[in-house]
Amino acid sequence: MIFPPFLSSSPRHRNPPPPPQNPLLEPAAFKAPFLLRHHQNPTPELAASNPQVEYMVALKSKSKLKGGQAHKSPPKKKLKNDLFAKKQSKNDDLLDESEGMSEDIEEQEDFSDGEMEGQSDSGSEASSGDDDPLADDFLQGSDDEGDVSDGDEDSDSGSDSDGVDPEKLSRALDVERARVEREARDELQLNIKQESDEFRLPTEEELEEEALRPPDLQNIQRRIAEIIGVLSNFKALKQDGVRRKDYVEQLKRDLASYYGYNDYLIGVLAEMFPPVELKELIEGFEKPRPVCLRTNTLKARRRDLADVLINRGVNLDPLAKWSKVGLVVYDSQVPIGATPEYMAGYYMLQSASSFLPVMALAPQEKERIVDMAAAPGGKTTYIAALMKNSGVIFANEMKEARLKSLTANLHRMGVTNTIVCNYDGKELPKVLGHNTLDRVLLDAPCSGTGVISKDESVKTSKNLEDIQKCAFLQKQLILAAIDMVDANSKSGGYIVYSTCSIMVAENEAVIDYALKKRDVKLVPCGLDFGKPGFVRFREHRFHVSLEKTRRYYPHVHNVDGFFVAKLKKMSNAKAPSSTTLESVDPESMLDDESNEEKTEVEHQHNQTKDRQDNSMEKRKAEENGHARNDKPKSLSGPKNAEKRKRENEPEEGRKLAVKKNREKENGHGKSDKARSRPGPKEKKKQHFSKGKESSKIREEEKKEFRKKKAANKKGK
Amino acid sequence: MRPLDEAETTAVFSKLFKFIGPNLKSLIEAESHEVTTSAENSSRYCFRLHKNRVFYVSEYLVKRATNVSRKNLVSLGTCIGKFTKGGSFHLTVQALGIMAPHAKRKVWVKPTSEMSFLYGNHVLKGGLGRITEGINPGDGVVVFSMSDVPLGFGVAAHSTQDCRKLDPNANVVLHQADIGEYLRMEDDL
Repeated sequence: MIFPPFLSSSPRHRNPPPPPQNPLLEPAAFKAPFLLRHHQNPTPELAASNPQVEYMVALKSKSKLKGGQAHKSPPKKKLKNDLFAKKQSKNDDLLDESEGMSEDIEEQEDFSDGEMEGQSDSGSEASSGDDDPLADDFLQGSDDEGDVSDGDEDSDSGSDSDGVDPEKLSRALDVERARVEREARDELQLNIKQESDEFRLPTEEELEEEALRPPDLQNIQRRIAEIIGVLSNFKALKQDGVRRKDYVEQLKRDLASYYGYNDYLIGVLAEMFPPVELKELIEGFEKPRPVCLRTNTLKARRRDLADVLINRGVNLDPLAKWSKVGLVVYDSQVPIGATPEYMAGYYMLQSASSFLPVMALAPQEKERIVDMAAAPGGKTTYIAALMKNSGVIFANEMKEARLKSLTANLHRMGVTNTIVCNYDGKELPKVLGHNTLDRVLLDAPCSGTGVISKDESVKTSKNLEDIQKCAFLQKQLILAAIDMVDANSKSGGYIVYSTCSIMVAENEAVIDYALKKRDVKLVPCGLDFGKPGFVRFREHRFHVSLEKTRRYYPHVHNVDGFFVAKLKKMSNAKAPSSTTLESVDPESMLDDESNEEKTEVEHQHNQTKDRQDNSMEKRKAEENGHARNDKPKSLSGPKNAEKRKRENEPEEGRKLAVKKNREKENGHGKSDKARSRPGPKEKKKQHFSKGKESSKIREEEKKEFRKKKAANKKGK
Repeated sequence: MRPLDEAETTAVFSKLFKFIGPNLKSLIEAESHEVTTSAENSSRYCFRLHKNRVFYVSEYLVKRATNVSRKNLVSLGTCIGKFTKGGSFHLTVQALGIMAPHAKRKVWVKPTSEMSFLYGNHVLKGGLGRITEGINPGDGVVVFSMSDVPLGFGVAAHSTQDCRKLDPNANVVLHQADIGEYLRMEDDL
C-alpha cells in the first residue's frame, strides 16, 4: 500500500511500503466514494454477519503470522487470486450464483493448492469476492502493524501455531478495522470537500479580474464543462447557497465569450435546449457541414455521375438513405464547383437541408408551382427535375442581384418550364391571381440562425428586433403563399414553409399564425426523420398539429439547422373553418363543440359591429404570439383569470364585454411594434386551458347567445 | 415580351440554321408537354423577345407569363440568344440545350484540351478527337467532349479535309460560346 503523504501519521504508516499492489486492491481510503459504499470495509458488524469472512480473516492472519517471509509472497499470489476472484465474481453476477461459486471454488483451488492451506481458503474466498480484497488489504495493513506492534503476538503465535488465541486476535483485528474505517471516512470527507471546491462559481471579484485580463480560453472551457456537470446532477454537486440560475448565467456568459456569441442569441438557445445539448449544438455550429451535391435527374443518373466524378478524383458517397439524388463529397482533387460536369448541368452544389423542403413538397408532373424565394435556384431546379420539365414553375426572387445566378442555374441545369420574375413575395397573389396554383414553396428569408456554420456573423449580429422583423415578414409571406394556392386543385393544394433558422418565433409561431388566419391544416411532411416541432414553448401554446412539422439540428442530423412544415389548404375561403382547428386540451374541446354553430353566427355579427375593436385586439395579440378569441370572454389563461371572472359574472351583452376588453387591452398598454396588415376578420378558437368554473359559465352564456342569434336570424 | 417580327425572325432562324440545319423545322414544330390536363392539346413552342433577349418557350408558358409585368419578368423557358445594340443576333450558351440534340455538325474534343476550350480558347488541331464529315469553313459546329457532353459551339475554320492536313496549333473551331461561361460570365448571360 502506498499512502499519500497527507494521511495521518499513525505508527503503522511509517513502515516501508509493501510491494506494489494492484490498484484494485488499494485500501478503501483511496477508492472513489461510490466504490467505498459498495465494497464496504469488513467492519466488525460485517465480519460478524459474515462468519466466513471472519474465519478467513483469522486464517489469513494465522498464515501470515507464521512466517515473516512467507507472508510476502502469498500476498502477491493472493493478489492474482483475488483479481481472478473479483473477475469471476463479476461474471458470476451474470451467471447463476451457485454455478459461479463452484467455478470460483475450482479456480481458487487450482491456485491456492500450492501456496496455502487449501481447505478453507478456497471455500472462504468463494464468498463474496467483493469482500476479499478489502479483507486482504485489511489484513495486510494489520500485517504491517502486526510486524511492529503485535510482535508479541507474532512470537506467541509463531511458537504455538495452534495455540493462538483466536478471540484475542479477532478482538485486535476488530479494533484495527474500526480504526481503519474511521480514518477512511475522514479521508473521504476530505476528498469530497476538495473535489467540490473545484466546482465553485467565480465570485464577482474574480469575474471582474477576468474581465480585465484577456480571456483565458482553457479556463473558460474547463468551467463550461464543470458547470454542465453540476447542472446535470444538481442536487448532489451544487455549491451551497448558489441557485441554479447562477450556474446557468455563468454558463451562458462563458459560452458567449468562448464561442463568440452575443448575449441575446445565447439566451435564446439556452431557453430551447438543456445545458448538455446546448453545448453540443454550439459545437455543431462551429464545424462546417459536409459539402453535398444533387444529381440533376434531367440530365444524368446518380450512379453514372458518381462514376464520372470518382474518375476525376472526387471522393464521394451517397448522401443518405432518404435521398436518391444526393451525394456527399469528402474531398476532391479538382474543384468540385468547376468540373465540366458541373458546367454541363449534371449536378448542383446544395446543402443537404435544402433537399428537405422540396421532398416535402413532392411536386407532381404538370402542376403549377411557385417558388417564392427562389435564388440561387437549387430548390427550383430540384422541383423542375422532379416534374421532369412539365407544368409551370414561377420562380420569384425579390433581390435583383440574385436573379442572375438564378437564371444562370436554371439554364445550366436545362430547366425549360420556368418563368422567372422579380416581385416582392407579398405582391405575388395580385400578379398571379388568387387560388390559381397547385403548390407553393416558401423558403422564407430568415435570421439564419441555423446556418451559423456557414456565416459566423450571425452569432453577433442578431437581436430580438431582427427576429421579430423576420417573423413579421414571414407571416405576411405565408399568407400570400396560402392565398395563391387553389384548394380545389386535383393533385395539390399544398404549401411548404421552410426556414434555415431554429428560432421558435420564426418557425412554429408563423405556422400557428397561418393556421389561425386561413383555412389550412398541417399535414405530415413526408420526411421520416427529424425532430417534431414544438407544440409548447415557454409561454406559447401552439396548435397541437404542430408536432407534424420537422426541426433539424446540426448536432443530431448533421445537416444545417432547418425547419419544414407542410400545409394543406382546405378551402378557398379566407376564414379558417371551425372543423379544421383542434384545441390543445379536452376542456376547450368541449367549448369548441358547443361553439361551432354559434361562433359562425357570431363571426358575422362580429364583423359588422366590433370590427375595429377586434382588429386592434387581434393585431396586438398576434404580434405577441398569443391565441386570442375575438369573443369578449376569450381572455383565458392564468393571467386573465380575474378578468374572466369579472366578465363572466355579469350577463351582459357582448358589446359591453368587448368594451371592457378593449379598455383592459389599452390599459395594459401593450405596444405593437409591427401590425399585421388588415386581414379579413376571422373567428378564433381558444387554445389555452381554461378554469373549469369559468368555462362552464361561459358555456352557458354562449348557449344563450346562440339561441338569441338563431332567433334573430330566423326573424330576419 | 412580344413575338419576333419579320427581320428578327429571319436573323434568329438563319443563325440557328447554321448549326442545326433542316432540324430547325422540328425545333419549331416541337410539341411541348407542359400541359396540366390531357384534354388540352399539347402546345407548341414559339420564340419571344423580351428585353433584347430571345426566348424559346412553349405557348402554354407564354400564356402564363402574360400575368407578369414587363418590368418584373426576367426569363422564360430557355433563352437562346440576344440582340446587340446594333441589331445583330448572337446565340448564347444557353441555346446549347436545344441545339446539341439537333446539331448537324459536331466536333469531339480530347479530354486534355477540354478545359482549354472551356476557358474560352479555340479548339486546336492537337485537341481534336473526332469531326463529322462534310464541314465547310464558316459552318456552325457544336463541340462535344469525348463522353458526348456538349461543351459549346463555334464556327468551323476549315473544312473537314483541310483539318486533316493542319499542323497541331491551328484553329479548327473558332470559339463562340462554351459552358464555362456559366462560371466565368454569369452576369453577362
